[in-house]
Amino acid sequence: MADDVLALEAVTKSFAVGTPVEVEVLHGIDLTLARGEFVALIGPSGSGKSTLLNLIGLLDRPTAGRIALAGAETTRLDDRDLTRLRGRTIGFVFQYHHLISAFTAEENVMMPLLVDRGFPDATMRARARDLLERFHLGPWAEQGVASLSGGQQQRVAIARALAMDPALVLADEPTGNLDTRSSDVAFDLMREINRERGTTFLIVTHDPRLAARCDRIVEVVDGRLVSDRPNVATNGAL
Amino acid sequence: MRRWQPFEWIAALRFLLEGRMQSLFIVAGVTVGVGVIVFMSAILTGMTANMMKRILNSQAHIELVPADEIARPLRGGDAVLRLETVQRPTQRIRSIDQWQSIRDRLTREPEVTHVAATVSGSALAVRGSASRSVTVVAVEPETYFPIVDLPGALTEGHARLASDEVVIGTELAKELGVSIGDRLRLTSATGASVNQTITGLFDLGNRGVNLRNVYVALRTGQALLGLIGGATALEVTLTDVYAAEEVARAIQASTGVEADSWITTNAQFFTVMKTQFSTNTSIRVLVALSVAFGIASVLVVSVVQRSKEIGILRAMGAKRGQILRIFLIQGGVLGLVGSLFGSAMGIGSLTIFHALMRNADGSEFFPLVLDWSLPAWAAALATLTGVFAAAAPAVRAARLDPVVAIRG
Ligand SMILES: Nc1ncnc2c1ncn2[C@@H]1O[C@H](COP(=O)(O)OP(=O)(O)OP(=O)(O)O)[C@@H](O)[C@H]1O
Ligand SMILES: [Mg+2]
Repeated sequence: MADDVLALEAVTKSFAVGTPVEVEVLHGIDLTLARGEFVALIGPSGSGKSTLLNLIGLLDRPTAGRIALAGAETTRLDDRDLTRLRGRTIGFVFQYHHLISAFTAEENVMMPLLVDRGFPDATMRARARDLLERFHLGPWAEQGVASLSGGQQQRVAIARALAMDPALVLADEPTGNLDTRSSDVAFDLMREINRERGTTFLIVTHDPRLAARCDRIVEVVDGRLVSDRPNVATNGAL
Repeated sequence: MRRWQPFEWIAALRFLLEGRMQSLFIVAGVTVGVGVIVFMSAILTGMTANMMKRILNSQAHIELVPADEIARPLRGGDAVLRLETVQRPTQRIRSIDQWQSIRDRLTREPEVTHVAATVSGSALAVRGSASRSVTVVAVEPETYFPIVDLPGALTEGHARLASDEVVIGTELAKELGVSIGDRLRLTSATGASVNQTITGLFDLGNRGVNLRNVYVALRTGQALLGLIGGATALEVTLTDVYAAEEVARAIQASTGVEADSWITTNAQFFTVMKTQFSTNTSIRVLVALSVAFGIASVLVVSVVQRSKEIGILRAMGAKRGQILRIFLIQGGVLGLVGSLFGSAMGIGSLTIFHALMRNADGSEFFPLVLDWSLPAWAAALATLTGVFAAAAPAVRAARLDPVVAIRG
């Protein structure tokens, strides 16, 4: 489908554990995400969710299979091109915010733009400022990120993931480290952006409550995709 | 964030500022190292310049003298008779053959600035019951004074050198108890003697010269030493003092006259200087090495501490080259900042040291030569050293696997 943001075809991933021994962690994953989808990725611990996200995010390469991102086949790209494609089409949110402590909240949000274009400019700053205000962080924009609360930090991280207006946001347990209230706030923000901008989200979560609020739920068990169903509760509603 | 600053610079400077303690300590280390180098080098340069000035005050760059007379051993004699056992005949005072034509030829050479013919030999200076053995140096003021600035070294009197006048050193005057206007009798080994009026006292900054040399007019000296129309030496100065050795060799080859450069006659001084300079060089190398290791170790730690941040930068699209440059710049900046402080420290302590350290007579212990190329070189080298030292940590940072770094 032309509108697919992501297409995985028979993707496997093995890790070398000891020189001759390899373990296959992902066994032939097929998965397609369309533009504007809001997808939960669930599964027991150790089932391969993070491994899958790393492959989709072009941080790692599959052992076999093909990954197409925003229509571009990635299997044969070199490190440089992968990096560029990653920077421009994907936003990451991790369990721990991984903000860069030497910079202010605003500077952290503009960082992906700065990395991409090389020199800072006023439009980057304005974009970062807009996102932060949007995330109710305007008053903290000029502060060092270390002084923010956990929930605020994670919201800055989400804003950063959105700075380049990516086609796809990959979030690995984005609320895993937050209390219920902060996690609801963060989740709602992602949902809002998804509705407004048509940004595709793939969110790994252990929280059934949050998964229940996604449009589609993909389940991985032991490196296999065991279920992929639309979530009737949200579809059509709202 | 400034508009003109590229991402790598912004990140490098922020990282350095954030790791304040580490940056401060390593900058202090570089400061001390560079300070020591600047201080030592300046003192060494100053002392050398001082010594050279002293030497060249009373001496030409090249002196041409007649070749030694060589005794010829008997051929086919006893095998035990070795060449080196042949005694050199005592060298009498001789004139350089054809010295006028050699002088004229030298004057035309482009690297030669001045040539002066002199006659010198030993004599006895007598004043009343006091006498001292001296070296009579007979010169023509107009050709010789551009080479040895005797008028400039006078403490009293004048140095016009009329035929019955003599200029002597301050030390000799003290030894003989004479002063301006007194008469001095000079008697040579040939028995000839002249009566001269002392018209000037000089201090050429060298005790030996001040005690030994007496200057008279060329004709007076020629008569006293029995060398009418002769010259025992041709004194030569050059545009480039350091070329003296080569020029001397060339002159010797083309004229057959022995040519001694000031570098040869002061070989001991040059040996000492060479040792000093090579010691200085080894200290520089050692300081550069310890600066390099210091910067490298600070950056290695920083890479480890920041691996998660590096991972996230890579995830958001930072290329390996960008990460590499962030750390190379940090190394360079540490080197540069340290060297600027170091140069300031070196120059500051030089100025203080110069003000405090005085010779017994109150004159300066070493001349304060502030050569601005030294801090410039120190800065350039320290920056380069920093960049090189950063290479290993920077490569390590650039090679970090973002998956591993982020999972940490
Ligand atoms: N670099 C690696 N080398 C070897 N094995 C690995 C590596 N990375 C992951 N694995 C293994 O792959 C399997 C899947 O790991 P992964 O982190 O993808 O699980 P997960 O579903 O994200 O688990 P969790 O919910 O606990 O985060 C695990 O058994 C893990 O030990
Ligand atoms: Mg995981």
